[in-house]
Amino acid sequence: MKPEATFLGSSIGKKIVMALTGIVLVLFVIGHMAGNLQVYKGAEALNGYSEFLHHFLHGAGLWIARIVLLACVALHIWAAAGLTRMNAAARPVAYRKVHHEASTWASRYMRVTGFILLFFIVFHLLNLTTGQWHPGGTFVKGEVYANLISTFQVKWVAALYIVAMIALAGHLSHGIWSLMQTLGWNHPRYNALRKQLAWIVTALVVIANISFPVAVLAGILH
Amino acid sequence: MAKNLNLTLQVWRQKDAKSEGGFKSYKAEGISDDMSFLEMLDIVNEGLIKAGDEPIAFDHDCREGICGMCSMVINGRPHGPKDRTTTCQLHMRSFQDGDEIVIEPWRAKAFPVQRDLVVDRSAFDRVVAAGGFITANTGAAPDANAIPVPKEKADLAMAAAECIGCGACVAACPNASAMLFVSAKVSHLAHLPQGQAERMIRVRDMVAQMDDEEFGTCTNHGECEAACPKSVQLENIALMNRDYLKASLTYRPEVDAGGGL
Repeated sequence: MKPEATFLGSSIGKKIVMALTGIVLVLFVIGHMAGNLQVYKGAEALNGYSEFLHHFLHGAGLWIARIVLLACVALHIWAAAGLTRMNAAARPVAYRKVHHEASTWASRYMRVTGFILLFFIVFHLLNLTTGQWHPGGTFVKGEVYANLISTFQVKWVAALYIVAMIALAGHLSHGIWSLMQTLGWNHPRYNALRKQLAWIVTALVVIANISFPVAVLAGILH
Repeated sequence: MAKNLNLTLQVWRQKDAKSEGGFKSYKAEGISDDMSFLEMLDIVNEGLIKAGDEPIAFDHDCREGICGMCSMVINGRPHGPKDRTTTCQLHMRSFQDGDEIVIEPWRAKAFPVQRDLVVDRSAFDRVVAAGGFITANTGAAPDANAIPVPKEKADLAMAAAECIGCGACVAACPNASAMLFVSAKVSHLAHLPQGQAERMIRVRDMVAQMDDEEFGTCTNHGECEAACPKSVQLENIALMNRDYLKASLTYRPEVDAGGGL
């Protein structure tokens, strides 16, 4: 007797884990982008916002968010690894001639953009949350605005953030549409809207995020 | 006015399931552009037989686009360059004189190559046997329209039931996933009243069998829908995902001898 098939062991189960954790992560990047827009209101506003996050729910709020996000990232990667393994095994002999009719660069390079984002998240946390890796000056805890300006004044750091955001653009533009399909949200009346929504969210998040290093390099923020 | 074409074919040749295969080059000369792609292969094979070589083995049956046998990837596209077309319905007028045409079998672990371009698609049969039916007494055919079905539902069921099980979706999918096929088989019954009683068991069992056959998984590229000769829609995969989630949440383990009997 073969073992009973389980939800998490199945292909669709893993896809649903991928989609649900994806929703949490998409909402996070939207919130993160919106919060960061306060950099344009000046040092006081951004540092005050950071202060607010650190004291939300007597300091517990930030840790709840961190634990939930970390769990989502871990599950997202776990599902991706499982699905990738199944997919790699499913076609042992490759085609000599490959033709792409419907897929996009975003859909085909999800793993590549995912890896770029994983390394970027590690760098980003060391760079601007914990401060161990802070090219461009000394990291001062709580001085969010000054930390951001000093690190983005280093051209290669700014470039690295911009590259990571291009990877995010690819990952979001396919991921947002794809998670809706995976969760079964497909109806001819709304299908065009799914891709439009994916592109609107992607454009908002990525353009706003890229504007921060660009504004620092252009001298608008200093 | 029919034109004649001279073509170079790069064809996958493989003696049997256990042998190593490889590409071999063949000239196809004086091919009328009115011929179907399979007729072109027939001409090439006649030449090979006359020269004392082994003809190229390929699957074919009805040659009218409904049996789903003529599985071959032509220049990177299952069933060739035309949309909504099986290989037998592809005509040589879709090619230019002097073209090189690469012809490969379906590539998937679940579809082992038997010989040359012939693959074993019985994994599909096992997926259907796992639940792609309704359990009912057979006998005389019931009266048509004995169970009323609204037209919209009947249309959706029929659109899914158009699937001919050719395997082009698996062949086109960058992940060799069979989800378009399996979802078509789940969906054509899910739209009909007769399919409701076993709807949740069906989707669970068929997905389990699909995974067992070692097909890949869907990452929503959409290549399957573009390759399908019968235009089976991605909407079916969404329905299967929905039903699978629901079935997984509401599944009741089997009980021995129900009701204490």
